[in-house]
Amino acid sequence: MLNWRSQRVRAWIYQIALIGMLIVLVGWLLHNTLGNMRMRGIQSGFDFLLDPAGFDIGESMFTFNSTQTYGQAFLVGLMNTLRVSLIAIVICTLWGTVLGIGRLSGNALARGLCYAYTEFFRNIPLLLQLLMWYVVLVELMPDTETPLHFRDWVFLSKEGLALPWLMSDGLTLTPEFLALTWGLALYTSAFVAEVIRSGIQSVPFGQVEAALSIGLSPWQRLRLVVLPQALRLIVPPLTNQYLNAIKNSSLAVAIGYPDLVSISNTSLNQTGRAVECIAIVMAVYLTLSLLTASGMNYFNRRAALKER
Amino acid sequence: MHHHASNLLPARQPPSHNIGVVLWAKHNLWGTPASAITSVLLVLLLLWSIPSLLEWSVFHAVFLADADQCQAARDIGACWGVVAEKYRSILFGRYPFDAQWRPLLATLALTLLLVMSCRPTSWNRYLAVAWICVWLLFFALMGGGKWFGVPTGLVYIPTDQWGGLPLTMMLATLSITLAFPLAILVALGRRSSMPAMRSICIVYVELVRGVPLISVLFMASFMLPLLLPTGTSPDVLIRVLVGITLFSAAYTAEIVRGGLQAIPRGQIEAAYTLGLSYWQTQRQVVLPQALAHVVPSLMNNFIAIFKDTSLVTIVSLYELSGALGLAISGDPNWRPFKIEAYLFITLIYFCICFAMSRYSLWVERQVSHR
Repeated sequence: MLNWRSQRVRAWIYQIALIGMLIVLVGWLLHNTLGNMRMRGIQSGFDFLLDPAGFDIGESMFTFNSTQTYGQAFLVGLMNTLRVSLIAIVICTLWGTVLGIGRLSGNALARGLCYAYTEFFRNIPLLLQLLMWYVVLVELMPDTETPLHFRDWVFLSKEGLALPWLMSDGLTLTPEFLALTWGLALYTSAFVAEVIRSGIQSVPFGQVEAALSIGLSPWQRLRLVVLPQALRLIVPPLTNQYLNAIKNSSLAVAIGYPDLVSISNTSLNQTGRAVECIAIVMAVYLTLSLLTASGMNYFNRRAALKER
Repeated sequence: MHHHASNLLPARQPPSHNIGVVLWAKHNLWGTPASAITSVLLVLLLLWSIPSLLEWSVFHAVFLADADQCQAARDIGACWGVVAEKYRSILFGRYPFDAQWRPLLATLALTLLLVMSCRPTSWNRYLAVAWICVWLLFFALMGGGKWFGVPTGLVYIPTDQWGGLPLTMMLATLSITLAFPLAILVALGRRSSMPAMRSICIVYVELVRGVPLISVLFMASFMLPLLLPTGTSPDVLIRVLVGITLFSAAYTAEIVRGGLQAIPRGQIEAAYTLGLSYWQTQRQVVLPQALAHVVPSLMNNFIAIFKDTSLVTIVSLYELSGALGLAISGDPNWRPFKIEAYLFITLIYFCICFAMSRYSLWVERQVSHR
């Protein structure tokens, strides 16, 4: 006999109703989408990935021209996204650690400056910061004929940053790449600094005193006592910051750096296949997020408290 | 055995080099050799940077809206004249110039109510009524025309002409208000004992948190018209609002879930023992405690949403930075001074976000005092 007042029966009914509603909703959306696409004559499917793209990409890790396919264009975009995110993550980890430790420094001036930095960079939208760096790089820098330079090693102009001695034929970084990487790294490092600071502060002061009393030097104290314990609390929020950095690299579209989102945007405008292009972007970012999260989880397990 | 209070010796002053500023400076600026070296280096850095910064931003700067003077002072001084010249287009975007008192009034009303809502003593049902009234006023002022059949007596201004600060404030406030109840439901669902409910909530949260906001906004502006029945295409403002709300609800839900996890199981059992239903338990016992635990993270999240509204410029809604682009990029006289205009909106964002984070600290203290 069904007992309508039993919690288990009610739970089943709620869930069946919920799933039913979800199926109806998805079906309705699908029906609308198919109808709309038929009406507007939009074709669907991922076959367009094999068609020639017909647009050039400003910068690419491997040679790309307009006769190559949309699929390859997406790959270029993915590589550009990864390049920017990885470099920004490395810079923001190092710089953020310096700032985070600086906020706990015994020196009031260092403490104050680090505090000012984090408050300033955290409280301004990243988009605005990127736009500003971009304007500084492309409009306020000198022309290509008269670049700012240091010896013959570094040249900075409207064309970007050139390091002629690096690699066989020199290295040139475009202003878009510089603005994005630099802006993203400076923005994220303010958040990383807060993560590092709160991680270090969470180590009880007794631990520091104990380290002092057995005669460890300041460096040994940090490396052997404070950091191993702080890392346990630092790694999970740090993972979130890395994920944010990867996702935020999509703001590239605002300053015209050809990352995954901006390539997908161009493809969307050319082919009209909105669903497919947006689905590719979302799938790639989801995969990246899951990969990063599982990598950091592995590291976290190693840093976590080993209990008997 | 007779003590006289008058026999007590007065306390001696501590040695003068051990009190006040001198002692503080000794401890904080040159306590150790490393600290002293850091201080010297940082002071040198400040001495090198601050004077040139002041020269650029104040002494050689042009404050008048005079493009020729600005051109003359280029490279040596800032041109704040660009703000004096363009502040109305930056603050109100493409809104018709003669009607800009309307967004001004609407923004003032919204700001006033926001500030009033900050005091916990004013959290009662009158505030809820006030919010409804202010939203009605806001949209009536901004949109004009006929409002649910009631003529407002104002010229109709379509939403594609709304812009600048009112748009930023509206998007942020509305999406936070709408996302919060949704987030609570999702967080409760994620901790529910019903497997179907739980999985749906987990999939929603993880899916949304795994993708960037831009892709959600693109989806809202390109795909939403496809998903809805043919012929019904909601206003781009509403589509974007839905996108931001769904996006921030996922993040807020995770924070609320963190708070829910901190509530001991005994609290819920006690509430059930008293005969409270599920919703009564959540509303009267669990949520008040859970939300108090996560006030700082919630406020940080609200600041993040506020900053994130700047992304709507990418789907061509002209909020502050978009309005700035419109106002300046097409004007060859003022185009070279874009960076000064950017600094102006930077200041606006900084003031609002910094005020929010200070307020968060204050609320945190209020909540922990109880």
